Amino acid sequence: MADKVLMKGNEAIAEAAIKAGCRHYFGYPITPQTEIAAYMAKRMPKIGGTFLQAESEIAAINMVYGVAGAGFRVMTSSSSPGVSLKQEGISYIAGADLPALIVNVQRGGPGLGGIQPSQSDYFQATKGGGHGDYHLIVLAPASVQEMADLTIKAFDLSDKYRVPAMLLADGTMGQMMEPVALPDVDVAEIEKPWAVRGTKNARKHNIVNSLYLKPDELEKTNFERYERYRQIEENEVMYESFMMEDAEYCVVAFGIAARISKNAVLAARNQGIKVGLIRPITLWPFPTEVIAKAADQVKGFVSVELSMGQMIEDVRLASSCKKPVLLCNRTGGMIPTPEEVLAKISELADNT
Amino acid sequence: MLSQILIAGFGGQGVLFAGKFIAYKGLYENKEVSWLPSYGPEMRGGTANCSVILSDAPVGSPIVSNPDILLVMNLPSLDKYENATVKGAKIIVDSTLIERKVVRDDVDAFYIPATRMANDAGIPTLANMIMVGKMIRETNAISFDDMENVLKKVVSAKHADLLEANLKALQTGYQYEG
Amino acid sequence: MIVFEKPKALTDTPLHYCPGCTHGIIHRLVAEAIDELGIEGTTVGVAPVGCSVMAYDYFSCDMVEAAHGRAPAVATGLKRCMPENIIFTYQGDGDLASIGMAETVHAATRNENITIIFVNNAIYGMTGGQMAPTSLPGQVTQTSPYGRDVGVAGYPIRVSEMLSTLDGPEYIERVAVNNVKNVRNAKKAILKAFKNQVEGKGFSLIEVVSTCPTNWGMTPVKALQWVDEKMIPYYPLGVYRDKTAENAAKEG
Repeated sequence: MADKVLMKGNEAIAEAAIKAGCRHYFGYPITPQTEIAAYMAKRMPKIGGTFLQAESEIAAINMVYGVAGAGFRVMTSSSSPGVSLKQEGISYIAGADLPALIVNVQRGGPGLGGIQPSQSDYFQATKGGGHGDYHLIVLAPASVQEMADLTIKAFDLSDKYRVPAMLLADGTMGQMMEPVALPDVDVAEIEKPWAVRGTKNARKHNIVNSLYLKPDELEKTNFERYERYRQIEENEVMYESFMMEDAEYCVVAFGIAARISKNAVLAARNQGIKVGLIRPITLWPFPTEVIAKAADQVKGFVSVELSMGQMIEDVRLASSCKKPVLLCNRTGGMIPTPEEVLAKISELADNT
Repeated sequence: MLSQILIAGFGGQGVLFAGKFIAYKGLYENKEVSWLPSYGPEMRGGTANCSVILSDAPVGSPIVSNPDILLVMNLPSLDKYENATVKGAKIIVDSTLIERKVVRDDVDAFYIPATRMANDAGIPTLANMIMVGKMIRETNAISFDDMENVLKKVVSAKHADLLEANLKALQTGYQYEG
Repeated sequence: MIVFEKPKALTDTPLHYCPGCTHGIIHRLVAEAIDELGIEGTTVGVAPVGCSVMAYDYFSCDMVEAAHGRAPAVATGLKRCMPENIIFTYQGDGDLASIGMAETVHAATRNENITIIFVNNAIYGMTGGQMAPTSLPGQVTQTSPYGRDVGVAGYPIRVSEMLSTLDGPEYIERVAVNNVKNVRNAKKAILKAFKNQVEGKGFSLIEVVSTCPTNWGMTPVKALQWVDEKMIPYYPLGVYRDKTAENAAKEG
């Protein structure tokens, strides 16, 4: 483990990606994630990598598609409106079963929205975003250290399952500085027999493709992909459980909302309310079983989000609506305070 | 121990840098730290602020909405944040740029003409670090030792010539008794 | 003695193109260039969306199927991570000059060391004959049923001329495949476009004026004549950019 240094979340992503063996970055400037591009622009030429400022988000994601097809670790990053533009390419990458990393440092929306932090791309990230039957592996960091760690994890998972991964952060996570220890990564060379690097006249040609004009073939391909998704759901769920052992109430929050909620949980405990926190680290796969188990233990949930309430649907589904789920939210770039979360916890405690 | 520090002023006064220094000093003292800037257009000449948290326990929310230490370098910032501070908070005011006094009587206010002192000392861009020096004197958030080692972490190699000036600014603020 | 055979860079998969379509000729010219340069083992092709969407089944080198218009971006990614490989795209007019214009222009201005085969037949073939960015003024298509009205739909885009205004590209030539002489010229141009890449010279684009008998509503022979009568006058053949030759001329 290296010494801890203070780093911005965005920079931690960039350096961690390089540590993970990513040598190809394509992006387009947009606040609040531009530090990633700036960092890559500085570092990549010095380590024989590619930094290219593309003509658009669409071009950037399609450059990613090309490199991913060749089987090299590759990434792009953007913020909400830019990630909307990338959806076409993301769908193709998913349809062609390629590994790649897409970073979304979210800002408020819809439309041009604002530049302040938000979590309102939860639906887009976890339910598809682009067209067709597919999922991304979606990781939600809640600290600068996790910005680094989950970037590395995302590359590994993406390679392992041939499923594109998304790091879903927000403006706060991107802009804040915290101590971070950048681990030395042992990048295992993974066999990618499907990659297009030239046949060397030694094998039949590989084709990177998402087109299946025969519906039975497309169905079969989708079934195969969903079998891999099932394995991911079985093996890769990550979450943090905080003060849940004796909890009678449960806050569910990810990313910055979870950080704020921790303050509220501690404050509520001081008032004698037995509340805990479940923080999904993988948003897809969602920690469904953990929430389901909690539903048998607690009297109710509070979903804390920087959106009009998106993850709350998954909390309700996972808990089979056994217990009430309240929403504590701010949106448009506003951030809920610990006091607001505490008030919602108290409301839940008073009514259940 | 938990310090929730908010530093606010105009863009260009170096409030982000001041925060960064405090965060690094905290890290140097083996504290848990976070630093969160305001970002966006306000960085280009409007109001800027940053939240710094120093703690013995892992930092929860990195957002300081109720500071126990407030450094203000312009009037709009004092107007905006005075009432947000907690009871017993310490407010450091750059009295060159802010003519009014702190109104609340349940907080400790300290006035230092940081901008004028910086000009007088020939380091006109370092009023921010004079403010930090004063903060160290009046609070126990961080201690006044090994300043040079920490400065080396935050002053980029390109500006290494400014190391001495920063040190001077910190000392100037730290020694100010007013 | 074998006097004629299928290029090695083509697979045995039967082409799906309509009778009289010139895609088959252009595929062959590309494959011959790959064979002659001996680069099949290092070549990666990028197929477009359009009639040649399934070009990945026809070329025996590694292939990627790109989203509509994005082939130059995909090729950029491939080339940047594998500078020693030969990367080409094969695109139609809708793909390259409409939805993918930004990708085309920027790959050109970056002088990406790739080869683009641009098939211009002035119509969207795959979707059944809609107006293309290169459809001629007055040309009747499914979406310009009264003829292309330039007051409404604007004017056709001359891609080769336009790209030649950029400082970036190495080589841009417009050719046709409607008669033997033109096919021979096209062959030379396509070979040169690949050779340029092998030699590291940069962005080479060959615009091939082509036909669509089905959607033009003509017999194959009439379509070939229409190229001479209508297409070539609007899209004059020739070399629009040859940086190496231009520099050599300058140096005298």
